[in-house]
Amino acid sequence: MSARVSRRRFLGASAAAAGGLVVGFHVPFASAAGAKGDAMPEINAWVLVRPDDTVVIRIARSEMGQGTLTGLAQLVAEELDCDWAKVTTEYPTPGQNLARSRVWGNFSTGGSRGIRDSHEYVRKGGATARTMLVQAAADGWRVPASECAAAASVITHAASGRRTTYGKVAAAAARVSPPTEVALKDPKDWKIAGKRLARLDTADKVTGAQIYGMDLRMPGMLNAAIKACPVFGGKLASFDDAAVAKRKGVKRVVRVGDNAVAVVADTWWRAKTALDALPVEWDYGANAKASSAAFANVLKAGLDASDAVVGNRVGDARAAIASAPRRIEAVYSYPHQNHATMEVMNATARWTAERCEVWTPTQNGEAALAAVSEAAQLPLAQCDVYKTLLGGGFGRRGASDWIRQAVLIARQMPGTPVKLIWSREEDMTQGRYHPVTQCKLVAGIDDKGNVTALHMRISGQSILAGVAPANIKDGKDPVVFQGLNPPGPESSFVYGIPNLLIDHAMRNPHVPPGFWRGVNLNQNTIYLECFVDEVAHATGQDPLALRRTLLAKSPKSLAVLNAVAARIGWDTPAPAGVYRGLAQTMGFGSYVAACAEVSVSPQGDLRIRRIVAATDCGYAVNPQQIEAQVEGSFAYGLSAALYGECTVKDGRIEQRNFDGYRVLRMDEMPAVETIVMPSGGFWGGVGEPTIAVAAPAVLNAIFAATGLRIRELPLKNHSLAKA
Amino acid sequence: MPTLTVNGKVRSFDAEPDTPLLWVLREQLGLTGTKYGCGVAQCGACTVLIDGAPMRSCVRPVSTVTPTQNVVTIEGLSARGTHPLQKAWVALDVPQCGFCQSGMIMAASVLLAAKPEPTDADIDAAMTNICRCGTYNRVRAAIKAAAQGGDARRAGLAIQHSDGSTT
Repeated sequence: MSARVSRRRFLGASAAAAGGLVVGFHVPFASAAGAKGDAMPEINAWVLVRPDDTVVIRIARSEMGQGTLTGLAQLVAEELDCDWAKVTTEYPTPGQNLARSRVWGNFSTGGSRGIRDSHEYVRKGGATARTMLVQAAADGWRVPASECAAAASVITHAASGRRTTYGKVAAAAARVSPPTEVALKDPKDWKIAGKRLARLDTADKVTGAQIYGMDLRMPGMLNAAIKACPVFGGKLASFDDAAVAKRKGVKRVVRVGDNAVAVVADTWWRAKTALDALPVEWDYGANAKASSAAFANVLKAGLDASDAVVGNRVGDARAAIASAPRRIEAVYSYPHQNHATMEVMNATARWTAERCEVWTPTQNGEAALAAVSEAAQLPLAQCDVYKTLLGGGFGRRGASDWIRQAVLIARQMPGTPVKLIWSREEDMTQGRYHPVTQCKLVAGIDDKGNVTALHMRISGQSILAGVAPANIKDGKDPVVFQGLNPPGPESSFVYGIPNLLIDHAMRNPHVPPGFWRGVNLNQNTIYLECFVDEVAHATGQDPLALRRTLLAKSPKSLAVLNAVAARIGWDTPAPAGVYRGLAQTMGFGSYVAACAEVSVSPQGDLRIRRIVAATDCGYAVNPQQIEAQVEGSFAYGLSAALYGECTVKDGRIEQRNFDGYRVLRMDEMPAVETIVMPSGGFWGGVGEPTIAVAAPAVLNAIFAATGLRIRELPLKNHSLAKA
Repeated sequence: MPTLTVNGKVRSFDAEPDTPLLWVLREQLGLTGTKYGCGVAQCGACTVLIDGAPMRSCVRPVSTVTPTQNVVTIEGLSARGTHPLQKAWVALDVPQCGFCQSGMIMAASVLLAAKPEPTDADIDAAMTNICRCGTYNRVRAAIKAAAQGGDARRAGLAIQHSDGSTT
């Protein structure tokens, strides 16, 4: 494989390095790499090498547990041919990215894109740096670079027996002109990428030394607790700061934008308790009486409304259904959910008339920088954002609402660093929620039980309408159709059905939506995969056999389905009292399938015993981390299936903490067997796709066990007891 | 000024009596390894030991901890992460985001102290902490690896470490 490199990109990087831009991240804690600017030549934007051969690899994407930091470092190190044992990492800041013409590309971390969208340019970064290091050694020895070889940070010249290390030639390499073209390795030759390597960021997480945004401390720092109007769209009317002004530690009570109030104190606990005691009046506005129950009726009406936008059309589904000898119909629904990251939203901001800096866990450093600039009323170049390790993201931290709040507070206290921490209650009730939708599915069946037509009508909330309305063209939010799109590389409908219509009637409640790990693939896969199961049972077909028929022209999907069927032993009976369910989907560029084994007691107690999941993500950069992601995706997806639901009453979210918003715990976690089966030739995502098959595999297994077809999530609202 | 004994040292602090122990540890004593997750004893991220018993420090008023009771946080569990659980956690790459892991390890340390060879049911009963990344199965494997007679390699993860070892 050969690939052209943008010469300007790497020249720009080197030129900027000469200006010393890499140094001085101003991050006031020891774990931040990169503070030692002395004697650490930057070979290019991605690679720095210290004289002791330590290699620092720059990571643009945010690490939130998904392992992207390690995976991206593996890709750079693979092409760099460096000693993996001496690799460390650091984040460039979005401000630096801006100053260097976005040399590190996109910082946004979501959509399972971390590796699949940047593998090529980070590998080129590594390959370019290797070429420059070898050239520097060759120049020093006055031999052609083509006679030199590099491995594990050691450069050798076989003919003369000479040998040096990356660290020794790094300073010279930084002055070498970058090559205009570099060849990338064939993945079959990988020695670092593709291996089951341990993560780079584990050690401090087991000793308490790891610093998260919430843990930051700075000289003179104050702490803020905040309360926003509990009804979305409502405003702050007034507050009585005199009532708390004399409490110990309280420094200020400040208005934050038009809908929130914050108490700033010496400690967060004092700020929080003062806020609890603060008399506040709200103007709840037009949504004061909104409820989930009322909105469910709006969604229901959308199932038969005439204002739908088409996302996928093959043949004439309406006509084919009308003329079919048999019709099968079902309606499903999926609720709002909170991301519930373990680390609540937080940001530390320091504002002066000249500069605004923010330290925060964010999935989107560049959007965060833009939010800081706007809230600070300062140009981008006078602002920066320092990313901290995220205590969970799941899409919530792609937004910047809490960052804006932190800056608005800090702006009222010039020069003082202020750390804003949300309470869990604030986090639960001020989320950016998984969109709520319903879906009506109608299938036309011929006399032989073949599915001749399918109409899926989705009625419900659009994420883009809430977060990026400019991206809605002709009334269409393309994200709504994840997993249901026409054939393509991203999130496609993979079944062969001759007449297909998938359309969406957009119905937006006042609850702000967000990208929630798995996004719309989650409920779309429940709708489709449970309905396919319904069709199989209604037509007397085996659920695996029907899927195999429908996937005849989708070999990658068929392969993952067959892999889970083989591993679970679909063709042999399950143990007594154990029942199986299947699901498959294509999302975020990958092909996945799962089989669940469950048992249900006569009293209705569900036990999810075992999950077998297969993933074809094209290339597997770190198989043991893919296994960890797949396993984790089932914890997330099964939390959603069993318990996940945020309901609205009087315009506000009712669930305020983990007692009202239950999530899966250890005693409910099934054994997960992950089959990683990369078939090559494409790059698919890993963090999200398998979430989508968790719920439908289990729901289909529950049907097999009980004959109960659950069509309204979550499961907690249903009894599985024998009638 | 009131005092606490934390990780073997007597420490003084400035906080109202009803302040949760968690916030004294984090804000007064600088021990930020103990995490705030919920504030209502649901998630376990704030788990510490008081005289060897697990305690959700987010709901324990600091005034109810006597100066002589021994509070142990994740920072005091071992010198430089050498507790068998910490070693097993590293061997099996348990943490994802890592935020809940201090509480997980503290809870597991109590379990192992009481039951050196815990069964799955013992683990289920003792480990009620919430992890949103979904590390539960690796947590279980690491507890078994750290238990008496345990071996990280039995988890079958075949993780390659930079020191050349494989677990």
